[in-house]
Amino acid sequence: MVEVSTPTKWLLRLVAVGYVFFLVAWPVGLVVRQTFSNGLGNLAEALGDDQVVAALQLTLMVAVWAVLINLVFGVGISLLLVRFEFAGKRVLSALIDLPLSVSPVVVGLALLLVYNGRDGWIGPAAESRGFQVIFDSPGMIMATCFVALPLIIREVVPVLHEIGDDQEQAARSLGASTRQTFWRITLPSIKWAVVYGVVLSLARSLGEFGAVKIVSGNITGQTQTATLVVEAKYQNFQQETAYATSFLLIVVSIAALVVVAFLRPQRAH
Amino acid sequence: MTSALIGANVAVGPASSDGRRPRRVRRTTPHSTLTRGAGLGLGVAMIWFSLLVLIPLTAVIAAAGQGGWSGYVDVLRNDQTWAAVRLTVSQALLVTLVNVGVGSVIAWVLVRDNFWGKRLLDVIIDVPFALPTIVAGLVLLSLYGPNSPLGLHWAFTPNAVTLALAFVTLPFVVRTVQPVLEELDADVEEAAASLGASRLTILRRIIVPSLAPAIAAGAALSFARAISEYGSLVLLSGNRPFQTEVVSVRVLTFIENGNNQSAAALASIMLVVALVVIVALDLVQRRVARRG
Repeated sequence: MVEVSTPTKWLLRLVAVGYVFFLVAWPVGLVVRQTFSNGLGNLAEALGDDQVVAALQLTLMVAVWAVLINLVFGVGISLLLVRFEFAGKRVLSALIDLPLSVSPVVVGLALLLVYNGRDGWIGPAAESRGFQVIFDSPGMIMATCFVALPLIIREVVPVLHEIGDDQEQAARSLGASTRQTFWRITLPSIKWAVVYGVVLSLARSLGEFGAVKIVSGNITGQTQTATLVVEAKYQNFQQETAYATSFLLIVVSIAALVVVAFLRPQRAH
Repeated sequence: MTSALIGANVAVGPASSDGRRPRRVRRTTPHSTLTRGAGLGLGVAMIWFSLLVLIPLTAVIAAAGQGGWSGYVDVLRNDQTWAAVRLTVSQALLVTLVNVGVGSVIAWVLVRDNFWGKRLLDVIIDVPFALPTIVAGLVLLSLYGPNSPLGLHWAFTPNAVTLALAFVTLPFVVRTVQPVLEELDADVEEAAASLGASRLTILRRIIVPSLAPAIAAGAALSFARAISEYGSLVLLSGNRPFQTEVVSVRVLTFIENGNNQSAAALASIMLVVALVVIVALDLVQRRVARRG
């Protein structure tokens, strides 16, 4: 391994640490400090605000549903992509990644065009059966599912490739059913990848803003999620509440990062 | 190396998975190895995927197509929209350039250097990924906004757009380059050094060429993310027409005004850019896979 001279080493270190400090670490630190600028008062005030509490509950509900749906879909699609051959597999595996590069605003628009009750493709038919998608929780869950769709798949697919299917074959040749093979062999070996993917999806789902803003209609107390509350409160000059709510979201996302950082080495072995 | 570079779908293609290992499932047709249960699962998954992703995205294209070619021209010839497109593309390019430079340096420091707090730096790199975008805007506002302790008042200026985009795209180049750098064979560098190559030569002839695909992949991802960014700009940039308004905000304005067709036209252009990036990434990855 080639050694760099000491001054260069320090210069590179300074650039890396300085950039990250000024762009990420210091600003995040400032928000945390402002949250606690008068002790726990800001947090207490935010948590006593009905609008904030309703938003937090809604966010949690939407995120849990979205993660559950993505979990089932993600593990299923990963198994299909890795263990089976079928026509159109490559196209599918490329399309799966598409949601990561689609703008949240475009996601919102796309769902709006199909599911709005007035002139959508499917919306009017669904609404006449009493199932409202847009401006209600199903639409918000769908938007959240959309943006977090590839996260679990991206974690599980490489692990499935890596472990191969020797053990699954052995289990089958010894008479295990498909279900037994999945629960006893496949799932335990992809367990950490699944957990990792779920944590990432949860963080992403709790924090979705653009897509949810469009499909939810942003109705205060009804379809307003935590991120929408942050925007509304900030623009209403209730900045302390905005900072406190942001702080809660920061805590959740950093907790997700820490969990993942602890899981990673376990996965390597 | 490739799997680390791409994160996920490496070598899913039939060419690499066929033939090496006996298939678990008995073949029914030459091309498909689906069992009945798996086929059913695939069907259900495809219905959900279509309802969620494919049909809505098609609807965007269809709505954009309703106005025909002139619809696109009208949207783009609007001065305010054109200003937004120019701002978005130029800022995204600028930020991608910064990321290629600084991101590679950060990846280098994380892999080759050793100092107190390195692990913390490694975790902080992921913060922009995990932070909700609206919170990212608020966070930047606290250091670069009206009450900045640095005395910088960048909110509502084009600088704010640069900052927000740099924040949300920080991890891409770092996280694509880092694993490749980790796996880089030190022997080659030592051999070059023992044959008298200078550090600069080693960097130019050995390290940079092997990192180039990873850097390109990271740059493509960060460009795609930058042009589609919305949440972090809401509070920070003020969305001033002709100054700090980006394409996503423009699309949202169209939606709020009920002008779905113009929104779809602009959105479909963004979709095409996203598709181009995905295809380009796929090509880069396959070239690397062939070589590697």
